[in-house]
Amino acid sequence: MIEELHENKLRFLEEQAIKIRELIIEMLLEAGSGHSAGPLGMADIFSAFYFHILKHNPQNPNWEERDRLILSNGHICPVRYVAMALAGYFPIEELKTLRKINSRLQGHPHRTSLPGVENTSGPLGEGISQAIGMAISAKLDKKNYHIYCITSDGEHQEGNIWEAYMFLGKNQLSNLTIIIDRNYIQIDGITEEVIPLEPLKQKLESFGLHVLEVDGHNIRAFVDAVREAQSEWKRTSVIIAYTIPGRGIDFMEKKFEWHGKPPNKEEAKKALEELRTLQGKIISEHQ
Amino acid sequence: MLNPDIYLNQNIFNENIDQKPIRDGYGDALVELGEKNKNVVVLTADLAESTRAHKFAEKFPERFIECGVAEQNMAGIAAGLGVSGKIAFISSYATFSPGKNWETIRTTIIYNDSNVKIAGHHSGIITGPDGATHQATEDIAITRCWPNIKIISPCDYWEAKKATLYSAEVYGPFYLRFVRDKTPIITTEKTPFNFGKIEIFWISENPQLAIFATGHLVYQALLAAKELKEENIDVLVLNVHTIKPLEENKILEISSQVKGIISLEDHQVIGGLGSAIAEVLAKKGGNIPKLVMLGLQNTFGESGTPDELIKKYQMDKEAVKLSVKKLISS
Repeated sequence: MIEELHENKLRFLEEQAIKIRELIIEMLLEAGSGHSAGPLGMADIFSAFYFHILKHNPQNPNWEERDRLILSNGHICPVRYVAMALAGYFPIEELKTLRKINSRLQGHPHRTSLPGVENTSGPLGEGISQAIGMAISAKLDKKNYHIYCITSDGEHQEGNIWEAYMFLGKNQLSNLTIIIDRNYIQIDGITEEVIPLEPLKQKLESFGLHVLEVDGHNIRAFVDAVREAQSEWKRTSVIIAYTIPGRGIDFMEKKFEWHGKPPNKEEAKKALEELRTLQGKIISEHQ
Repeated sequence: MLNPDIYLNQNIFNENIDQKPIRDGYGDALVELGEKNKNVVVLTADLAESTRAHKFAEKFPERFIECGVAEQNMAGIAAGLGVSGKIAFISSYATFSPGKNWETIRTTIIYNDSNVKIAGHHSGIITGPDGATHQATEDIAITRCWPNIKIISPCDYWEAKKATLYSAEVYGPFYLRFVRDKTPIITTEKTPFNFGKIEIFWISENPQLAIFATGHLVYQALLAAKELKEENIDVLVLNVHTIKPLEENKILEISSQVKGIISLEDHQVIGGLGSAIAEVLAKKGGNIPKLVMLGLQNTFGESGTPDELIKKYQMDKEAVKLSVKKLISS
């Protein structure tokens, strides 16, 4: 069971989220290509996962009893890489190799390149199915680890996702929790203008899933939602986490133009300044 | 003559030769595997009976996963199982899997190095009356180009069974190619199955030509070889069950002994066995024999009986004999 979040731990997670954002900006600048908005928007959730929710061991990434964190929308991997580095999976210095030749940090994550990466992803819509396979395997082997699958909202336009939900309607797997990063942007614009997903919650509920909604930047609320999901003993839970793409950097927030590009040197400098001055504010919000 | 060392079916040239569907070899092997290894799981996309996965389903319901008509989801679930200590077999028609779900397999099974065996059924025009939509004739082409895959195209029931059993022993992705109809039993239970090897099924002392065949058409090649022998034309017939990795040395060794080579496959010649042999020969260069590729010639199949189809699309023994004679006189 995931521990309750105490005030000191919450502060720690919020600080880690800011560190994650800073390192994302630095690594994207160094890489010269990659996605900015999604990783920044998911920094709080990844902080919650790697430093509170997950049962894992960075020194032994293949520990059999570990929880599995499946990243379906592989393009936001910078946030995963940063969280993993901060957690001790590999040296922080290695973040600078993102997207470069001979790096373990591929532009989209590759399972066998980097220990701790549970699945290869990038092409969208494929994570939930893989998470289902892992959840079935855990049940067959009577293992207690939990499987989490992070998805984007845009990838919910893929048919594979709905094949997987339909499967879950019949084969409820309570050891699987799905998180949807609901940030309303995709490459070609706003999701509701490209191909609308709403009413998303009702659609998911009609598939027989247990659906929760949460502010994806409120770490306490998110941890509570995951705890609630785990107390659901029968159905698979889906947490719709409302996030702001580019969160923490004013000129990137809510701009779909920042979905698929990195900051240049000047923009990165500005972004880092913003993050560093915002630091105090974010903590005080919760005081 | 038939290779006497590998226990081939001695009734092979009888008109009443025993026939059994190649897909049954898959189904029977799955049941054996299920008994031997609790990590074997089988998935299907609404084709349990047709792919012969139903026998496993009846015996091991807790390890059988019905995905409904959803081949992408099936591939993804198998990928997740395969990296979690399971040996996952996915069973569907090859046009749908690895056809429809090609990219899902590429990303989540092949590049992801998951322990999944892809069983592609209803391959070739021999699928018959269902028509070209259900006749997988490009499946070798679309899987052979993948790194990190092993491909087996068995010639009969026994070879299908042995190939399926073998695939479970080796970690990693396999593509297994099966056909629907009853086909002649060429080998026996005792015939050795050596993965990665090309086996000589018909031997001649001074062969003028070599026929490299794969799948059920090995039978047509053998019929042709026997009838050619009666006309004093000596050929070799080789059974290429392992399409990848292809035993290149064997192809080069044989090619140095003959005037011409014929490839025979129930598949498009583009990207299939014929292409694979052409690649091997062209890479060697120099004095290489001419290659005639029998198979689908850049066209789709159609409805019909298996016999009618392999005749019309020139994959039967008559087509082989004709090609042999043309090659010899060229």
